[in-house]
Amino acid sequence: MPLFWLIGIVALMAAAGYVLGRGRAVSGVDGDRRRLHSLPSYYGMNVTLKVAVPALTLMIVWLIAQPIFVEMRVTGMIDGAAISDSRNADLVMSDVRRLAFGLDRAIDQGVLTSSEAAQLQVDPGAIRSTLGQAGVALGSEVTEQVLRAAQQYRLLATRGAWAMSVAVLLLAGGGFLLAMRQTDAEFRARNVVERAVHLILISAACIAILTTLGIVLSLVFNTVEFFRIYPASEFFLSTTWRPSFGGGSQLGILPLIWGTLYISLIALIVAVPIGLFAAIYLAEYASKEVRGIAKPALEILAGIPTIVYGLFALLTVGPLLMRIFGDGGLGWMQASTAVMTAGLVMGIMLIPFVSSLSDDVINAVPQSMRDGSYGLGATQSETIRQVILPAALPGIVGAVLLAASRAIGETMIVVLGAGAAARISGNPFESMTTVTAKIVSQLTGDADFGSPEALVAFALGMTLFVLTLGLNVFALYIVRTYREQYE
Amino acid sequence: MYDTQYSEKAVGSAQDIKIATKDVNVRYGANHAIKDVSVDIQDKTVTAFIGPSGCGKSTFLRCLNRMNDTIDVCRVTGEIRIDGEDIYDKRVDPVQLRAKVGMVFQKPNPFPKSIYDNVAYGPKIHGLSRNKADLDDIVERALRRGAIWDEVKDRLDAPGTGLSGGQQQRLCIARAVATEPEVLLMDEPCSALDPIATGQVEELIDELRREYSVVIVTHSMQQAARVSQKTAFFHLGDMVEFDDTDEIFTNPKDKRTESYITGRIG
Repeated sequence: MPLFWLIGIVALMAAAGYVLGRGRAVSGVDGDRRRLHSLPSYYGMNVTLKVAVPALTLMIVWLIAQPIFVEMRVTGMIDGAAISDSRNADLVMSDVRRLAFGLDRAIDQGVLTSSEAAQLQVDPGAIRSTLGQAGVALGSEVTEQVLRAAQQYRLLATRGAWAMSVAVLLLAGGGFLLAMRQTDAEFRARNVVERAVHLILISAACIAILTTLGIVLSLVFNTVEFFRIYPASEFFLSTTWRPSFGGGSQLGILPLIWGTLYISLIALIVAVPIGLFAAIYLAEYASKEVRGIAKPALEILAGIPTIVYGLFALLTVGPLLMRIFGDGGLGWMQASTAVMTAGLVMGIMLIPFVSSLSDDVINAVPQSMRDGSYGLGATQSETIRQVILPAALPGIVGAVLLAASRAIGETMIVVLGAGAAARISGNPFESMTTVTAKIVSQLTGDADFGSPEALVAFALGMTLFVLTLGLNVFALYIVRTYREQYE
Repeated sequence: MYDTQYSEKAVGSAQDIKIATKDVNVRYGANHAIKDVSVDIQDKTVTAFIGPSGCGKSTFLRCLNRMNDTIDVCRVTGEIRIDGEDIYDKRVDPVQLRAKVGMVFQKPNPFPKSIYDNVAYGPKIHGLSRNKADLDDIVERALRRGAIWDEVKDRLDAPGTGLSGGQQQRLCIARAVATEPEVLLMDEPCSALDPIATGQVEELIDELRREYSVVIVTHSMQQAARVSQKTAFFHLGDMVEFDDTDEIFTNPKDKRTESYITGRIG
């Protein structure tokens, strides 16, 4: 049974359960809803929840677990012989999956019947041409073992799907019956629904946290894998980044870190003063009307996709800098992609971050501080410099650090604006590249996922992650530690 | 300085008039907060403004050092002269004025700086000290006048926000006197303090009277009776009655004053 129908049936049962449960509760007290413990809709919702939640949960768990289970069973069928000749188990398994998928397609299109597919004999040319008719091209010859494995794979998958449908529907029906039997005037449906809402919210939070954990773990495992085939000391200490897909790459992270930090530094040099001064103007000097217009306008900057900033860097800022610092002008700049180009544009991108967060922080400084300072005969700028900024400083530092971690993780502007050369140089008009840009180029190539050239992306990602996580934690620590100072 | 031409209006005393106000009106947008108030405040005297909440006493107080300038919609008309000089004259710099007319607020508001820096703030921005030693003297003198020197002399580097409420308020008073003002405005300086701290601050106010003209806004009639020599009663934006404190509390002329001090309105 297709998944869509299964979900549809459960949804229908849940909807019907609402109406029936509500009706049963009301008719149980002869239509006098005052005698019910809860409002009638709670009884309906109780039935809906008991039908849908366990059934759909089971379905999701099953959908995740079944392929793992099938895979394990099928992998057991393939012995060492097929794996030995320089092909690892993963590749054989992907052949099996592809063949099984091809057979499914062939049956769907009527090229084969399902019994034919189950009985298919090893006749390599025939299988390839049959599947070719169905539009599935097989890469290598089909061996006896792979065919058997594929057929087993299909069998298990089909059985599993049926078993799942039955189990899900049974569970939904069981939930329905249970909930309907519970429904009477004494039943505390309202409390049950309240608890269910609680659980649903908790599970949403858990999913978010577990996903993060999963991402981190996958990073960690792949990084460990990388360091098994490439020495960590080389990775962290070498100043050469020269990947070559034929092997013998030199994968030193230092030039990439240097590029990342250099570009981020220029971005912050642009963003922090402009953003901070804009925030001070908005918070302290601007009239209500100006603020009402200027603040949203600044925040629009934050809504521009970074690829658009990248285009801006490539097509406007780069050529502009070229005209001033290039061969026609001062002669410092060779190409329009450079650290300066990316840094300037990234700085513009960060302005709303710094200004918006700083503005909030400055506004949070109590009015009594300003009154106290004005009352002593201080001018507005003296008050800002000597009272408001020191009081707001922790928050401002936090804002700057958050902006820095944004800058370090930024990709598109760098890809388009900074060039691709990994080098350590002090000249901001040379092109350099960053960790993020190199992750993109390592993974968009054709490298085998087991090779150090591809796995290095995870090590780079991990380094970046540790760097930005550290910055964020530090920022939060500073903000928290000094926050209550004027309370 | 035209002191003499106002002194004849002084209320029952030959003492100098420090602040003379005439027909002061304050409007917040459409709200007429102060209506034709005229009060003369004497030098080296504590003058109390009393009245129910929202009667305009704080607003009027804030006119005396032009703190209302920081509120956009606030408009002040009328005449306020300190030592005969119209403080709303265009040539008067409100920043200079506020150095001369110090202010202490309802809630203690020490800056998030050290105790020393809190007190040194005013002298520093106005350039009152010749050198560091001189500044140290100014800070010590101010803290002594604020009656808090003995409590903080060993921890001048500690943050001012770490003191207790009563100490914070005395620190704020010390901070205000450090700029050598001539007038001290106090906007309900004890309303956030416990009775013991209130007692200490009241004692301090009585001390300060020797050198400054003090104007205090208070909700507490007992406090007005304890610390002030002159009392003005405000009601709904009008200044109803202004006289010697004893006179106000024992022999009020106006019905509304009598109702208020006997607790029937307010």
